[in-house]
Amino acid sequence: MLETTLCGIRLKNPTVLASGILGISKESIEKVAKAGAGAVTLKSLCHEERAGHPAPNMFTFEGGMLNAVGLPGQGIYNAISEFRRLDDLSVPVFGSIFGYTEEQFGTVAEKMARLKPALIEVDVSCPHVKYDHPFGTDPEAVRLITQKVKANARNIPVSIKLSPNLHNIANIALAAEEAGADAITAINTVAAMKIDLESRKPILGNRTGGMSGPALKPIAVKCVYDIYKAVKIPIIGTGGVTTGEDAIEMIMAGATAVGIGTACYYHGPQVFSRITQEMEAWMKKHNIRSLDKIRGCSHEN
Amino acid sequence: MKTDLPVMHAITRIKKEAQDMRTIYLKGKLSCKPGQFIMVWLPGVDEKPMAISELRSNEFGFTYHTIGTFTRGLDSLKVGSLLGIRGPYGNSFSQKKKAVVVGGGVGMASVATLIDVLDNPIVIHGAKTKFHILYKDRFKDMIITTDDGSEGEQGFVTVALKRILETKKVNIVYTCGNEFMMKAVVEMCTQYKVPCEASIERYMKCGFGICGACVMGDKVVCTDGPIFTGKELSANLEFGKCARLKTGKRVSLKEYYGV
Repeated sequence: MLETTLCGIRLKNPTVLASGILGISKESIEKVAKAGAGAVTLKSLCHEERAGHPAPNMFTFEGGMLNAVGLPGQGIYNAISEFRRLDDLSVPVFGSIFGYTEEQFGTVAEKMARLKPALIEVDVSCPHVKYDHPFGTDPEAVRLITQKVKANARNIPVSIKLSPNLHNIANIALAAEEAGADAITAINTVAAMKIDLESRKPILGNRTGGMSGPALKPIAVKCVYDIYKAVKIPIIGTGGVTTGEDAIEMIMAGATAVGIGTACYYHGPQVFSRITQEMEAWMKKHNIRSLDKIRGCSHEN
Repeated sequence: MKTDLPVMHAITRIKKEAQDMRTIYLKGKLSCKPGQFIMVWLPGVDEKPMAISELRSNEFGFTYHTIGTFTRGLDSLKVGSLLGIRGPYGNSFSQKKKAVVVGGGVGMASVATLIDVLDNPIVIHGAKTKFHILYKDRFKDMIITTDDGSEGEQGFVTVALKRILETKKVNIVYTCGNEFMMKAVVEMCTQYKVPCEASIERYMKCGFGICGACVMGDKVVCTDGPIFTGKELSANLEFGKCARLKTGKRVSLKEYYGV
């Protein structure tokens, strides 16, 4: 009853492990697959090896988690030699990429496509090296990046992952759709920081970072709702989903699939089977046989 | 909702243990089991995992080896300075009778609170030279091996371990140290059919099982470990062979240790 088709990819359920959580190695992907995820997203990769920011990189507070990991990663070339291919695992694997310039997004997409992921997710929330503001805040940059990635992704579907740290997320989603994106992943973390009173210093090594977890959910639901109104392509609704009812809410806002990340902190990778069981229980109770019956239903008058 | 925020603790005393090795004691009661670790935040510098090496009623300590920016930062601290602490994290050692404890280098810090609670264990401590020996006054009867023979027996801890396994009834071997040493210990225990538990070190970021920085084969070291049985380690495809750098790149254990 939870079977979902996303950009032609058949998922046993709509839950997708969000990028940056556990998706490091083939063995860790399998671990999350066994725990019940419908698909797994790899940690983001660019053209080079990156060490990321000084620690503390992440900690949790009453509302969720703050992180400033700084996109560390082994780089696409090392990933190619470690993984060889991504289509031989027990769940569909999504490859997440980013670049420092619009051109690099295209180059990294071409390399990622060689690994045969089920979908390529594009993180446009990282700052542009030339302009020092995130690509994702500029519809023209998003349009260009989407075109570059699509041109290099062979026939692999492409999802553009958007940041909530902007004025009008629907406009950015529309720019991605017009440029050929097959899906939208919404949302990335919201900009945040925390100061320790005793040391009088920001706790994150990078001073500022992004917030995820339960406190992000209402923001994510609003973004998914706005994007659903603006575009026709499917949405991977991500942000604070911790329970089956949270996932149902995301689908009612218009999401096709549901990203899950920080929830692993509260319940471990087993949170996937927990969420899907809770979704099924809710559906049975309300006599809903397919998620198609409720997708976007909150938009009805 | 659970939280994992660093809480500031004041330094009560600093003890020089050996060459380039110190124990920092912090004020407060910490509830933890032998083998668990904490995340230590030095504001403005970095945050690193550290084994708890001593537990008292109103203070706890961790022993560190000065090797980089973070530990040099720790060297500059004084009594009264503040450190942020998260944790304790991870699983813990079983506490069986008739145990042998093998500690290599600063790995000795990870088994120190275990030795405290065990009933008369045999302790083997391997160090580089006589200047690198830890806790000589704390564990008076330990067997010492040094690389250069400047104190105790010259050579590897496994030579002393082999002798004990051949002559004494041993129920379990606990170990922490350089992974090449632990691999040799695990292999020897397999050969002598003696159970074994080892404390594993990997590059860590979150400490609570979600970032994936510390994956070793199918295990997440910070939450599935850091203590693993010899059986688990023998079945692990990466133990004793490779580890991931700060960037996530998987390299040989030799490259990881920079040798």
